[in-house]
Amino acid sequence: MSFYYLFVELLQVVLLLALAPVFLGWVRMVKCWAQGRTSAGLFQPYRDLAKLFAKEVLLAENASWIFRFTPYLVFGTAVLAGAIVPIITVDLPLSPSADVIVIIGLFAIARFFTALAGMDIGTAFGGMGSSREMMIASLAEPAMLMAIFTVSLANKSTSLSQIVQVICTTGASIKPSLAFALLAFVLIALAETGRVPVDNPATHLELTMIHEAMILEYSGRHLALIEWASAMKLFLFVSIGIAAFAPWGIALANEMLSLPLALLFLVLKFAVAGVGIVLIETGLAKMRIFRVPEFLGAAFMLATLGMLSFFILD
Amino acid sequence: MDMMTAAHINSLLAAMVLLTAFGMLVQKRIYGLIHLFTWQGLFLSLNTAVVGYVASQHHLYISSVLTLALKVIALPYILHVLIHRLKIHKEVETVVNIPTTMLIGLALVVLSYHLTSPIRELSTLITRSTLAIALATVMIGLLMMITRRHAVTQIIGFLAMENGLFFAATSATYGMPLVVELGVALDMLIAAFIFGIFFFHIHTTFDSLDVEQMARLKEDE
Repeated sequence: MSFYYLFVELLQVVLLLALAPVFLGWVRMVKCWAQGRTSAGLFQPYRDLAKLFAKEVLLAENASWIFRFTPYLVFGTAVLAGAIVPIITVDLPLSPSADVIVIIGLFAIARFFTALAGMDIGTAFGGMGSSREMMIASLAEPAMLMAIFTVSLANKSTSLSQIVQVICTTGASIKPSLAFALLAFVLIALAETGRVPVDNPATHLELTMIHEAMILEYSGRHLALIEWASAMKLFLFVSIGIAAFAPWGIALANEMLSLPLALLFLVLKFAVAGVGIVLIETGLAKMRIFRVPEFLGAAFMLATLGMLSFFILD
Repeated sequence: MDMMTAAHINSLLAAMVLLTAFGMLVQKRIYGLIHLFTWQGLFLSLNTAVVGYVASQHHLYISSVLTLALKVIALPYILHVLIHRLKIHKEVETVVNIPTTMLIGLALVVLSYHLTSPIRELSTLITRSTLAIALATVMIGLLMMITRRHAVTQIIGFLAMENGLFFAATSATYGMPLVVELGVALDMLIAAFIFGIFFFHIHTTFDSLDVEQMARLKEDE
């Protein structure tokens, strides 16, 4: 039995590492189709990563240890978070050790160090990106916690594995609190993963970039690790969303035979999620940075309304 | 349709009414506001029909149809015509400090939950939990009338308040007597016409519907 636990844990980490670039490639591919362009294919992110790993690392003269350490930390926290979030099964040995609040904390550590690294070199763009990222983070994290608390209240646990188990065993019901929390979660996930209405992952235009501005000075394997980690972050946010709002198909406790089925569901859900992301990104224009507080304020309001309507209506 | 499903649908529609109320609180564009108001009326009408069905109060069907006719079709149409005639359909209102307004709105929801919790304990109706939402909708409508400066927006706030009152009546006592509801509906319709006339007068006098302009009515010392 302990071998099984080790196996699923390893399987999940390998799945995360392998599928995150594919999911990013899928989002880009659907986006290309939506805009009538020819796509570079599902595996283009792999080629990018391979190219970056092969290149040499160029460091600025005054780069401190923070700058060199950050890519490994960002990558490490993403992998650790991936070992906790139930992507295909709830039987994860690491999942009792940390709940969803810790996962948000892990992302916060990664973001903190990325912001430090952005300022470490002393270029204007890095500092600008860091300050913007911190402004967004200070608004997105409370809203994220509110949305998660609503889900936790409805399922009486903050552990994602436990939430999945509860939802799958008690069956579905339409709850307004969860609908609000889901809406809020989608808005926050777009902001946290740097997707279009808040940040544009494909731009290096100085006026608009946020995440790209912080990592502008990275090159070689450092950049590869950061790019891979941000692909994993997108993958993980979709996984958290699936686990908290639509976990059907994830293998429950002691159900090792349903793992292949869980994999199938995983692929299907991610395909749908990718199309959803593209629809949102194609439908919306990137907003001015000073409108982002309104956007995230709306997310916070929705999450709080979810929590209130849990008390009032459920 | 059993009681549980009905209660679920009822609370879902209540949540949608609250959501549209918040949407109106922060919406800047005048057409967006009217669309939100129409949606709110639609949710209200559906909710009334559902409550009428599970409580077998057949006069609620008439209220539901009345709401549909008045708040989903007639009032939005009148507002559309007014905005078109007054040529203000491109105006974007400057709303002061949206995040603060939203926070006040949230505080009002908490307050109304607190205020209605004794009633919730006493009541045995399946709609008892939506009373807090109804009260919150009334208060948010009031907040909208206070924070907005545009006459049309204030009127929409007033109409949203009336929506909240109607909702409160449905959820507290399965609706008011039909005579009262007919009277209220007629009042709303007449009020809409009178508002329209006033809009024209304000517009021709001040060349704007911003009520701040009315400060100019003071006589100079």
